[in-house]
Amino acid sequence: MPGGSENQTTTDERYASRLALTVNDVPRELTLDNRTTLLDTLREHLDLTGAKKGCDHGQCGSCTVLLDGQRVKSCLTLAVTLDGRSVLTVEGLAGPDELSPLQAAFIAHDAFQCGYCTPGQLCSARAMLDEVDQGWPSAVTEDLDAPAELTDAEIRERMAGNLCRCAAYPHIVAAVRETAAVR
Amino acid sequence: MSAGAIGQAHPRLEGREKVTGTARYAMEYPVDGVTYGWVVPAAVVRGRITHIDTTEALASPGVLAVVHHGNAPRLATTPGPNLWLLQDPAVHYRGQYVAVVVATTLEAAREGAQLVRIEYDAGPHTTVLTDDHPGLYKPDHVNPAYPTDTAEGDFDAGYAAAQVRVDATYRTPAYHNNPMEPHATTAQWTDGRLLVHDSNQGATSVRATLAELFDVPRESVRVIAEHVGGGFGSKGYAKPAVVLAALAARHVDRPVKLALTRQQIFGPIGYRTPTIQRVRLAADTDGRLTAISHDSISQTSQILEYTESVAVYTRSMYAAPHRRTTHRVTRLDVPTPFWMRAPGECPGAYALESAMDELAVATGIDPVELRIRNDTEIDPDQGAPFTSRNLVACLREGAQRFGWADRNPTPRSRREGRFLIGSGVAGSAYPSQSVPASARITARPDGGFLVQINATDIGTGARTALWLVAADALQVPPERIEIRIGDSELPAAPVAGASMGTSSWSWAVIRAGEALRGKLRDGVPPDAEVSAEVDTSAELNAQARKPKFTYGAQFVEVRVDTTTGEIRLNRMLGVFTAGRIVNPTTARSQLIGGMTMGVSMALHEGGLFDERYGDWVNHDLGTYHITACADVESIEAYWLDERDDELNAAGVKGIGEVGIVGAAAAVANAVYHATGVRIRDLPIQLDKLIGTSALA
Repeated sequence: MPGGSENQTTTDERYASRLALTVNDVPRELTLDNRTTLLDTLREHLDLTGAKKGCDHGQCGSCTVLLDGQRVKSCLTLAVTLDGRSVLTVEGLAGPDELSPLQAAFIAHDAFQCGYCTPGQLCSARAMLDEVDQGWPSAVTEDLDAPAELTDAEIRERMAGNLCRCAAYPHIVAAVRETAAVR
Repeated sequence: MSAGAIGQAHPRLEGREKVTGTARYAMEYPVDGVTYGWVVPAAVVRGRITHIDTTEALASPGVLAVVHHGNAPRLATTPGPNLWLLQDPAVHYRGQYVAVVVATTLEAAREGAQLVRIEYDAGPHTTVLTDDHPGLYKPDHVNPAYPTDTAEGDFDAGYAAAQVRVDATYRTPAYHNNPMEPHATTAQWTDGRLLVHDSNQGATSVRATLAELFDVPRESVRVIAEHVGGGFGSKGYAKPAVVLAALAARHVDRPVKLALTRQQIFGPIGYRTPTIQRVRLAADTDGRLTAISHDSISQTSQILEYTESVAVYTRSMYAAPHRRTTHRVTRLDVPTPFWMRAPGECPGAYALESAMDELAVATGIDPVELRIRNDTEIDPDQGAPFTSRNLVACLREGAQRFGWADRNPTPRSRREGRFLIGSGVAGSAYPSQSVPASARITARPDGGFLVQINATDIGTGARTALWLVAADALQVPPERIEIRIGDSELPAAPVAGASMGTSSWSWAVIRAGEALRGKLRDGVPPDAEVSAEVDTSAELNAQARKPKFTYGAQFVEVRVDTTTGEIRLNRMLGVFTAGRIVNPTTARSQLIGGMTMGVSMALHEGGLFDERYGDWVNHDLGTYHITACADVESIEAYWLDERDDELNAAGVKGIGEVGIVGAAAAVANAVYHATGVRIRDLPIQLDKLIGTSALA
């Protein structure tokens, strides 16, 4: 084998951990290199490739998933810190062969083009709507004492961490607005 | 012949896959025994590698190999120096890919890449474009094959004699394509055959390039690009990721997945060159142009000449008896610039459409009216009539929709609280070309049809558009049609680029549909599968060359915070004419996407270069800003009906690029109108307004 080596160890056991994760309601037992991010765990170990690697530095939002119901950048989250936690990815937003209202609205409003940022947008939007329901303010919320109102400016601000180079932003806002209205 | 599918708004066919995370991109195909490649970039700007110490890297758990110029499989030189990777010790720019570490896990590959010790013999470098750079020269042509310079009449005399003159120099920084999916490939060799899942804009040409590089027959290479996470020109040809993955896979004799990191794609995969553009306009007091010149300066690398066709836009946009355009380029110790959405037209239109605004101010003529007065039915460059040109209709419709008539032309005339409000306009145009393609359609006994063409859908909606085109060509409801694209095993077709994908591909689909219908009894499914395959080369080559362009008019309103200098986009509106619009749903998205990227160019992005370091310092998405959701309050795109029988079989013009053309000028002109200060150096950000009369 040209250039190959016998050094085939996949994981050095001294630097690996066993952990239990629930992913999209399925319990998983994993032994992972301690350096493994949640994003790479999903993509390379569980064949859940919906979450995308756009920057690997928490700057683009393509890898956004829900961790115990809250949105996180899975590329900045080490899996070893998540023993016993619950993860929801784009693959789990609806049942098999179903679409959540948010997913259906994204299709109806053409809220994506290349689709690479889309799983992150969807997970981010899903968590963001819950944040609004719980009264979390954003940087553009005028009245911190009143219930959060989901204006377009609020949607834009709250979705600003998910970049879309195709720039489907107006359609993303429309899809989120429509979904929020019927919740 | 129309069954009426074309023109009906339809959601994208792959929408469900994309919103459920099941659409697979290049790195997402499960492969047994796969390994991971991680690229090592050069740490000097110019020099030679004198020694590579791989001991530590190879001792790191999981590392299988370090592939570099001393051990890499040999590549053919003919595909060009940008792809002749890991073949020699020369370093031509900082960040050049000089080694690949292959390991059994991503984590091991990444760590291994940190452990490769490389020694260099480095020399002095020149990396910054200036208007008096000693290396400036006149290239033989500009991208892709336009004449370098053009001249008609006597510009100098015409300019000197004019009643009104504008002489302005505009500067644009390097721009980086930054598709959301970095360049990535999964490569596997089996019995001398290469299979790659690659993120590119055209698998036909990537296959040809790989076959040439690795000296294998084309039939031994298969390139699949079913879903591609954006390209914007940067994936227009075979790029380093696919070459390095294939090299590494051959070296370790195992499948390799290799994705470039976000940081690694700022430069080596191409970028939009910085430009320095001098535009001179002369006119009579009625605003009629008498002389136009556009002189462009841009950069290329030491290893390959690429000259951005910056002034080409000016050759055909507005008429004048005396005209001149020039391009000069200089070789720097930088990566080779390459295509980025509307290469040439995008930066060129920024300069010309800004200069037109300055002429409007100088003549006291409304900038919409000024453009209408200088419209032309004859292409000044080719001297022939445009097949259709509805720029004036776009300007009028846009002005009406935008409410332009209410605008007070005086700069700084509108203030709301601490904000100055201003509006600007620009024209847009992009060539509407077609190139040969082939397609195959099969009629099935169950009444269904299969359309096969190696088109690529990089987010444009090509898959859906061709499906609708096929429905009309076959005169059946689209639901009876299955379409396959994005695989080099399918009939060869050109790249998704230069706004010619839909026009070229649909042409082949329509002709294949016609040929198939000739083989079938009307409306009756065949007893066994019947196919027709058509190549449009002969028909295209027989077509007379005429000037064909998509047009648009863009209107922008900004607000400038007089306290901070922050510039925000209030609203933007574009009106375009692009022949028949196949799918309004995806067309609108594409136009809005282009316009937004133009806003990004004007206000948000730009490579910051450090001459000492010899590279851009803001090479990630935290420091290289692209327009985000919060930056887009209102962007609307409209189009006017246009029928042009001289275009192509479907009667369509390209729309992928026209949206960005002129957009930055419209923003810059609006900033001028808001503040009275003209910034001729993009991006326009608050630091350029602070200390000026804009914030007074």
